[in-house]
Amino acid sequence: MSANIKPGSAAGSKNGLLTWVDERFPLTKLLEEHVTKYYAPKNFNLWYVFGVLAMVVLVIQIVTGIFLTMNYKPDGAKAFASVEYIMRDVNFGWLIRYMHSTGASAFFVVVYLHMFRALMYGSYKKPRELLWVFGMLIYVALMAEAFMGYLLPWGQMSYWGAQVIISLFGAIPFGIGDAVTLWLKGDYIVSDATLNRFFALHVIAVPLVLLGLVVGHIMALHEVGSNNPDGIEIKKNKNAAGIPKDGIPFHPYYTVKDLVAIVIFLIVFFAVVFYAPEMGGYFLEHANFIPADPLKTPEHIAPVWYFTPFYAILRAVPDKLGGVMAMGGAIVVLFILPWLDRSPIRSIRYRANWYRIMLFVFAANFLMLGYLGIKPATDLYTLMSRIGTLIYFGYFPLLFILSRNEKPRKPVPDRVTYNAHAPAEGGA
Amino acid sequence: MSATSDNGAGSPRGQLDLESSVSTAGLDPKRRRTLVRGMAAVGGLGVAAVAWPFVTSMSPSARAKAAGAPVEADIGKLGAGQLLTVEWRGKPVWIVNRTEEQLATLDADTARLSDPDSGQPMQPDYAANATRSIKPEFLVVVGICTHLGCSPTYRPDLAPADLGDDWDGGFFCPCHGSKFDLAGRVYAGVPAPTNLEVPPYRFVEDGLIVVGEDQGAAA
Repeated sequence: MSANIKPGSAAGSKNGLLTWVDERFPLTKLLEEHVTKYYAPKNFNLWYVFGVLAMVVLVIQIVTGIFLTMNYKPDGAKAFASVEYIMRDVNFGWLIRYMHSTGASAFFVVVYLHMFRALMYGSYKKPRELLWVFGMLIYVALMAEAFMGYLLPWGQMSYWGAQVIISLFGAIPFGIGDAVTLWLKGDYIVSDATLNRFFALHVIAVPLVLLGLVVGHIMALHEVGSNNPDGIEIKKNKNAAGIPKDGIPFHPYYTVKDLVAIVIFLIVFFAVVFYAPEMGGYFLEHANFIPADPLKTPEHIAPVWYFTPFYAILRAVPDKLGGVMAMGGAIVVLFILPWLDRSPIRSIRYRANWYRIMLFVFAANFLMLGYLGIKPATDLYTLMSRIGTLIYFGYFPLLFILSRNEKPRKPVPDRVTYNAHAPAEGGA
Repeated sequence: MSATSDNGAGSPRGQLDLESSVSTAGLDPKRRRTLVRGMAAVGGLGVAAVAWPFVTSMSPSARAKAAGAPVEADIGKLGAGQLLTVEWRGKPVWIVNRTEEQLATLDADTARLSDPDSGQPMQPDYAANATRSIKPEFLVVVGICTHLGCSPTYRPDLAPADLGDDWDGGFFCPCHGSKFDLAGRVYAGVPAPTNLEVPPYRFVEDGLIVVGEDQGAAA
């Protein structure tokens, strides 16, 4: 190797530095393990870009968040005005804040699509149960992060949203609930004390947890290897060098592919940031442009869109404790999905028709619940929410029973299905 | 690196051959170099474009700039030998109504000064004169020592015990002992490197001064 390199040449000194580092830190080893020699199935489709997009949004949130804290004041008397100060007086403050607020919604968009992908292709199944659990923990941390972040602008919806969500804990019986809500708020009402601690949790505690979980999620993924739209284990078919025959190195193949997805995502993202940052009141609710007032609740109060499916479940149950348990249960049950689904077939491409129908109904029902959670609770909507709640919870036991003896609708192939571009003449 | 690729099932044309795809057969290095450079250039532009709003957001905001707006000072009632301090951009700006005797000292002691002719650009052009002012009697300087940013004290008293017999009035910085004369000119042999800064200012009329706006800028 050194024979080919002239002494003192750029390549020579670079390799020298790399060797120096590698002897002290596993840089090349890490890069190979996770990027250049991480073999991902070659049949990924569009659904496989959302993990990377979630990482992109995470970076956007962290960077914009850091810059927002430079001007934000976590003080009940100053918070609202400091956000307006960022919007009006800080150079490009409007851009940084709208990137952060749009990023919150974008995070949930890509995470929901990422989760749906896992449901479609059975990515939560053995040996990827822990990968799924890590993902669920990320999802829960993300919800906590979004909820606490929403209090910070200290608008009416921030205030009353926090009031309602914290009061959920009040449903815990035997007087524990009241003590817990008091402890969470640090005051008799949502107040400056609450705002200050939510700020601490939002900017330090939860992001640290989130980053740790993301590392765990990726490490678990790279340990078991990526699933694919066919749901076939590519590690079962390796060549003499131990490389999966249906695998291609993550870099450059998927980095280049993901780059295209990132560019398209950013075009859409910034179209929202520039032209519809409030998204008609769904990303930033109208009532939040009024400073928090502990004496007056807004007429119609609804959480931000990404919480509304669970909010609809909460409202559907005509009992305080029951509603809270149903809402919590709706999230908890997702954690044990890998053990509820007993079918050995992973991908929806080969699973029985009843599963395809069930998954479609489940997803449509989730969207319906999301819609109902935004709307005021009329009689009809409450009825629909109740039906939707039953469908949501019905999915899991039904899956548990039916997946026991599932017959594939068509045979699962041995190798991934893949239609490559025809190689150039003489290139094969 | 002798891995042989076996793509088994499927049509050979439909299967991606790993080894050949990363080999350099049929590679056009010139084309690749151009593409890599082009991507790096576009990517670099993108990074710069993204960095710009974030970096700029740390510069003074519109509010800070508004707080740095010019300030007016009414000096009609400023007695001879008196000093008035006004705040401009958060800094003290001194306006001294120098007496005839005080002005006379400015020519007397130039040998002891480091920059008696205001050679350093510490003042607008219209104040680069013997009195470092527009009107001889009115001195306008930023009251921040050019050494390390303390605010000196106004010492118009002659030959005080602590400053010595040859002290004929000026400014003394208690932090590190820098001395300035009554035109804000620094003495030689003290830590401060340059004369006190004369801010842009102008007279709206006799007895009304605007600090922060150049003479003739809004006239």
